[in-house]
Amino acid sequence: MEEDIIANDKNENFEDSIEELEKIVDKLEHGQITLEESITTFERGMKLAYRCNQQLVESEQKIEQLVEENGRLRQEPFNPIE
Amino acid sequence: MGIYTVTELNNHIKHTLTSDPVLDQIWVQGEISNLTKHRSGHYYFTIKDENSQVSCVSFRSINRNLRFEPETNMKVLVFGSIDVYTLRGIYQLRVHDLRPDGVGELYKAYEQLKTRLEKEGLFDVSHKKAIPGYPRRIGVATSPTGAAIHDILNVITRRFPADILLAPTIVQGERSAKSIEHAIEILEHANVDVIIVGRGGGSLEDLWSFNEESVARAIFCSSVPIISAVGHETDFTIADFTADHRAPTPSAAAELAVPDMVEVMRHIESLSVRMEQALTHDLSEKKMHLQHLSKMIGPERFRDVLRQEYQHIDEITARMVHLMRTIMNTKRSSMKVCSGRLHAVSPLRTIERGYSIAVRKDDCRAIRNVDDINEGEILELTVMDGSIECNVMGKSRQTITRDMTKEV
Repeated sequence: MEEDIIANDKNENFEDSIEELEKIVDKLEHGQITLEESITTFERGMKLAYRCNQQLVESEQKIEQLVEENGRLRQEPFNPIE
Repeated sequence: MGIYTVTELNNHIKHTLTSDPVLDQIWVQGEISNLTKHRSGHYYFTIKDENSQVSCVSFRSINRNLRFEPETNMKVLVFGSIDVYTLRGIYQLRVHDLRPDGVGELYKAYEQLKTRLEKEGLFDVSHKKAIPGYPRRIGVATSPTGAAIHDILNVITRRFPADILLAPTIVQGERSAKSIEHAIEILEHANVDVIIVGRGGGSLEDLWSFNEESVARAIFCSSVPIISAVGHETDFTIADFTADHRAPTPSAAAELAVPDMVEVMRHIESLSVRMEQALTHDLSEKKMHLQHLSKMIGPERFRDVLRQEYQHIDEITARMVHLMRTIMNTKRSSMKVCSGRLHAVSPLRTIERGYSIAVRKDDCRAIRNVDDINEGEILELTVMDGSIECNVMGKSRQTITRDMTKEV
């Protein structure tokens, strides 16, 4: 299970995940769904909530700048002068 | 020294003036007067100061690229070269470029452009793109050394772990408009979710490139949503009007671009809680429904079902008995009618009225006519209370008609 979540991390867009999570909460709160469905939906929701949190906590923020050299663009780390 | 023709003289003057490097490609400051915009697209005017004036001509090819529309009394900076119009023997300044001079004129140019682009629809709300709620990567077009990038980095790193990609941009002076256009263009293709374009505060002249038409068009054409952040709260540039979102300052732009991580985590937390509550609620509701259902099939319910069935059977039985009785009565009365009718046609009734039935004694065949019996044979007459044996003494034939019977 844990491995599953980590493995999927990179493929999942944060915005999509949180949107799906919001829909799941809505469905659980208002939808007429079967017991099986509500339990699998709940599990999916918990997984998404965990994943979103992990993405926020673990993501490393990259700060880069575009550098043009001989008409070619390249990205390199940017350190603002203090 | 011979005698010059007029043409020769003018040509010589033209040559003298146009070959003087001091008069080539110069800036002249003055106020526009006697402005004539010819239908050909060329502009003729003079520029003057308190004491002097000079004729100017600005050809259509130049006018097409002007960033504002010259008006009489406007203070301008003319960039051009001295030339001679030999046909009339006058010298004039041939314009290469024309710029508004001073804050008032800049403001006028700004108003002109704003009105024009607004009419064209560049500021329409319908063109505004939404800023993504949780961007992964944010493009920033500003100076790498300015205060703006500092503020933007500070705010974004404090709030949300989105990547930041800076396109180093010149935001002031001659080349800034081109540089801003270029930065937007390369960021647009650098896989960013939103672009912040801006710079810190400055004078109207400092911010001027953000009032250039080319910058406005680059912003308008960008496929990635753009947040503009130029100068301070009170500065409104053409770029601000064109951008999908205007932020009063670069810091505010950064706050618009990303959500606060703490709030996002709180949101996720509350979603989780709601999810649990919803499931708990759903489960308890299902449990109650189950209890209700099991009550329905309990022993008490079963007895009730039996009682209901008994009663139903009784009802049906009663109806059956009633129906049978009705059927019997109907049959009985119809039988009475039939037996009455039968009685009416019975031969016994005829005998009661005084008739008798004659049969041959031997074979008990009824005698209907004379030939049914011979003389000497024995007849038996059946009467109401018995029978009489008779000898046939003789026969006579006689036709009996209804009339005759009446007479008898």
